Amino acid sequence: MPKDTGIGASTKRREDVRFLTGRGVYTDDLSLFGQAHAVMVRSTVAHGRIVSIDTSAVESMPGVLAVFTGEDFKDVGGNPAGWLINSRDGTPMREPKRPVLAHGKVRHVGDAYAAVIAESYAQAKDAAQVLSDATVIEELPAIVDMKAAAADASNRVHDEIPDNICFDWGWIEDNRAAVDAAMKAAPHVITLELTNNRLVPNAMEPRASIGEYFPGTGDYKLTTTSQNPHLTRLLICAFVMGIPENKLQVVAPDVGGGFGSKIYHYGEEALVLAAAKRLGRPVRWTAERTESFLSDAHGRDHVTKIELGCTAQGDILAIRTETYANVGAYLSNFSTATPTFLHGTLMAGPYKVPHVYVNVKTVFTNTAPVDAYRGAGRPEATYSIERVVDKMCRELGLDPFEVRRRNLLTPDQFPYTTPVGLVYDTGNYQATLDKAVELADVAGFEARRAESAARGKLRGMGLSTWIEACGIAPSHLVGVLGARVGLYDAATVRVNATGTISVMTGAHSHGQGHETVFPQIVAEKLGIDASSVEIVHGDTAKIPFGMGSYGSRSLAVAGSAMDRAIDKIIAKGKKIAAHMLEAAEGDITFADGKFSVAGTDKAKTFGEIAFSAYVPHNYPLETLEPGLEETAFYDPANFTYPAGAYICEVEVDEGTGKVDVVAFTCADDFGNVMNPMIVEGQVHGGVGQGIGQAVLESTTYDDTGQLLTGSYMDYAMPRADDVPFYTVDHSCSTPCTHNPLGVKGCGEAGAIGSPPAVVNAVIDALQRGGHTHVKHIDMPVSPNRVWQAMNA
Amino acid sequence: MTKVTMTVNGKSVSAEAEGRTLLVDYLRGGLGLTGTHVGCDTSQCGACVVHVDGKAVKACTVFAMDVMGAEVRTIEGMANADGSLGLVQQAFQDHHGLQCGFCTPGMVMTTAALLAENPRPTEAQVRHGLEGNICRCTGYHNIVKAVLAASGQDADAIAAE
Repeated sequence: MPKDTGIGASTKRREDVRFLTGRGVYTDDLSLFGQAHAVMVRSTVAHGRIVSIDTSAVESMPGVLAVFTGEDFKDVGGNPAGWLINSRDGTPMREPKRPVLAHGKVRHVGDAYAAVIAESYAQAKDAAQVLSDATVIEELPAIVDMKAAAADASNRVHDEIPDNICFDWGWIEDNRAAVDAAMKAAPHVITLELTNNRLVPNAMEPRASIGEYFPGTGDYKLTTTSQNPHLTRLLICAFVMGIPENKLQVVAPDVGGGFGSKIYHYGEEALVLAAAKRLGRPVRWTAERTESFLSDAHGRDHVTKIELGCTAQGDILAIRTETYANVGAYLSNFSTATPTFLHGTLMAGPYKVPHVYVNVKTVFTNTAPVDAYRGAGRPEATYSIERVVDKMCRELGLDPFEVRRRNLLTPDQFPYTTPVGLVYDTGNYQATLDKAVELADVAGFEARRAESAARGKLRGMGLSTWIEACGIAPSHLVGVLGARVGLYDAATVRVNATGTISVMTGAHSHGQGHETVFPQIVAEKLGIDASSVEIVHGDTAKIPFGMGSYGSRSLAVAGSAMDRAIDKIIAKGKKIAAHMLEAAEGDITFADGKFSVAGTDKAKTFGEIAFSAYVPHNYPLETLEPGLEETAFYDPANFTYPAGAYICEVEVDEGTGKVDVVAFTCADDFGNVMNPMIVEGQVHGGVGQGIGQAVLESTTYDDTGQLLTGSYMDYAMPRADDVPFYTVDHSCSTPCTHNPLGVKGCGEAGAIGSPPAVVNAVIDALQRGGHTHVKHIDMPVSPNRVWQAMNA
Repeated sequence: MTKVTMTVNGKSVSAEAEGRTLLVDYLRGGLGLTGTHVGCDTSQCGACVVHVDGKAVKACTVFAMDVMGAEVRTIEGMANADGSLGLVQQAFQDHHGLQCGFCTPGMVMTTAALLAENPRPTEAQVRHGLEGNICRCTGYHNIVKAVLAASGQDADAIAAE
C-alpha cells in the first residue's frame, strides 16, 4: 500500500488550488497605487552605432513621465558574468561591459537602448514607437555565424575584442597529448560534426518587473520573475546599481516557469528601480512574447566536432571534441560556465573511457545572449556522446545495447574519478538500461516495425544512456573553476509557539512543487501533520541567503539545508525535554512526534516542547536560549549524478519526412524519491522539451541578424499532439552517498537524455527503410531536413 | 473611454475601456480578474482562454467592446458553488496536470469547452483539442490524463496502452 503522506508519498500539490482557481499571484497580476508603465525601446538592427536619440520627440506626448537612455546608466556598473574562465594559454576571458541600456552601440536585435515611462501602458507603447522612429542608428554589418565571427577580425561585436572570442578553453589541457596519442593508436576513429540547435526557453509567463522606492527610508523593492531573488539582489547591488544590499528587497512571487531563463539578472530590473526612484512612483514592466524571444537568454547553440577512438568490438578508448559555443552579444550570468564546466566535465558520459579532451571556443555574435537552459551544457555533452556512440555502432555493425553494456561503468567501480575531473559517487547504469529495455518492450520492436511498415511508415528505435552532474554545487570546487559565488543553500525552520512550522528556504519554486514536497519531509522527520508546515520562499526580506533553484539543486542542496536545520531543532528539543522530564539529555529519544525518556513511558509531544520554548516557565534558561528556530547552511560535498536510459520510437513518413515520436521510455536513477508524482511530472516535462529540441524547435537568425522565429507563429513549440504518453520509471535507485536525503535531482534529466534518443531513432528508421546513406541529420529533424536527407 | 458592461461569472459588471482595450486587459486591469493570463499576444498559447456565451475564446484577440452585453466566464468562475474545485479543476489536481500554473487557467477553460462539445473524447481528440494551448512544464502527459479523467474515462489505463 503506497504511503499517502510523508517521504515517498505522491501527495497532491497544495499550490494547485490557487493556480486552478485563478488566485495565483504572478508579478504582472499586482497592481500598485500610483503605478507607471515602462516600455523598452529595442534595436531593430543587429549591429549598429547609436548616432542620436531625440528624446524631445516624446517628452510632451500624452502621459509620458520620463525617458531613459544608455546615457543615464553609463556611470553605473555592468551586469557581470558569474564565472571567470581562463583560456588554455592561461589568459583570462574577455568580459565586455553589459550595460543596463545599450550605450554607444546596439549589439543584437532587441537590445534595449531606451525606455519610456508613462501613465498608461498604451501611452508608453505609443511613445516608445515614436522614440524608435526618432533614433538614428548607423547600421554595421551583422556578425551572426560563429565560425565566421572568429575568423574575421575586421568586424567586432565589441570594439575592444579583436577576434570576437571570449575564451578558448581546454579541458583538461594537461591530458591533451595523451588523448591525441590514444586517438592515434585507436583501431577505429569515428567522427561526427553536429549542431546543438539554439533554443528559446519560453517559460509561459513572460518576464516582468516592478520597481518601488520609498523616499522616507531610502529602501527599494523589486518584484520580479526570478528563480533566485537573493542572487538577483546581489547582482543588482554589488555589480550594477551600487545600492547597499540591505536597502533592496527582491520578491519573486508566483513565477510561471523558468527553465534557466529567469536565473539571470536583466537590465529591465535595474531600469524599473531607477525609474521608481526618479518618479517617486512604482514603475512596472512586462515583456510581450516577442520581447521574450528577442531578449530572454537563449539556450544551447553549439557546433561540435567529436571524435571517438574505439576497438572493433566497440570499446571506447578516447573522446576528443572541438566546440564553438555562441554566447551572443553579451555575457549573461552563467554563460561562461554552461559550455565549460557544465559541459566539458560530462564528456566521459557514463562510460569507462580512459582518455577525454574537450576544447571549447566561445564566440560573441550579434544575437541574443545565450545561457543555461534546462540541462545547461549537459544536454550538449550527452547529445554529442550518444550520437557518436550510435554512429560507431552503425559503422562497425555493432548492437547499440551491447555496446552500451560493454562500456558502462559497473557498480563496483564507484566512486569513480573520470578523466574530466568529476567523481561519480554511485550508480547502477546496467540496471536502468535493463529496466528501459523491459519497459520499452524492445523484444517486440520488430512486430511494431512491421505494423508501421504496413501503414507505409518507417519505424525506428533510438537509445540514449545518459548521466549528468547536478545538485549545483560544491563551493570549493566551483571556486577553483572560476565561480564568483558559492553555491550552498540555506533554510530556517521556525517552530511557532503553537507548534506549527514555517520553513524559510533559499530555493524558489516556479513549478517544482516545493510547497508540497518540503512539508512532506518536515512532517515525516518531526512526526507531525504536513498541513501544519508552511514553506516561505521568494522574498529576500523573509528567507535566509540562498541561491535559488536551477541545476536540479532545490532538494539536493536546499532540501539538505532544511534537513540539517530540522536536526538542530530536534537536538534542541531534546535538551528542553530532558529538563521538563527530569532526565539526562542522552536518555531522550525522538520518534513519531514525541520526545521520550528511553525505556519509560515519560514523554512530551512536539507541541508541548514548542510551547515550552516560547513560554519558558519550566525551562533551563541558565543554559539554553528560549525559542525554537534554527538555520542551517548546506554546502554539498560533491555534485549529484542522476543517470538513466531512454528509448525512443519514431515513425517517419517517407513521403513528407515528418517525424512522429510514437513511444518514449525513461528508466532513471534519481536516488531517493520524495514525491513520485512530482518526479514523474518533472521527467515528462523534460522529455517534452527534449522532443521539442529534437523535432520542432529552431531559433533562426538570418544573415542580417534578424530573428526569423520571434513569435509562436514561427517558433514551433511542442503542443499536445506532438508528443505521446511517456513511460517513466525511477525504481532503479542508488541513493546519493553524500547528502542526508540521498537525493540526486530530477528537474533536467528529461531534457538531457532525450534528444539523442530521438535522433538515433530517426536515423535508425531511415537506415532500416533503406536510406543507408543518411548518417546524421541536425536537430530539429524537421520534415524538410528529413526529406532532403532521404532524397539527397 | 467608454463604459463597457457585460456579465462575468454570473455578475453584471462594468468598467471603462478604450476602443483598443482587449478583453483580457479589461478582465485583468478593469475588473481585477487576474486569473486569465497573457502568454503570447498572438492567439497562439491559449493562456487567456475564457468562455464568451459558452464558447472558448482567446481573450487577447477580442476587443472588450465587441463582447459588450455577453456572458463571460473566467477561471474565477469555475469552482463549485461551495468553493470546492470544479470537476475539471479537480481532475487537473488529481493527475498533476499543472506545474507552474501559468497556462493552467487557459487549459481548464479549453478543457471545459472541449468536454461540453465532446463529452467522451479519445486521446487523439483531446490532444487535437488542446492544440491551441501551450504548456512548457508538463510535456502534456498529465494534462491529457486530466482531461480524459474529467470525461469519466480511466486515464491511467488509456495512458498505459
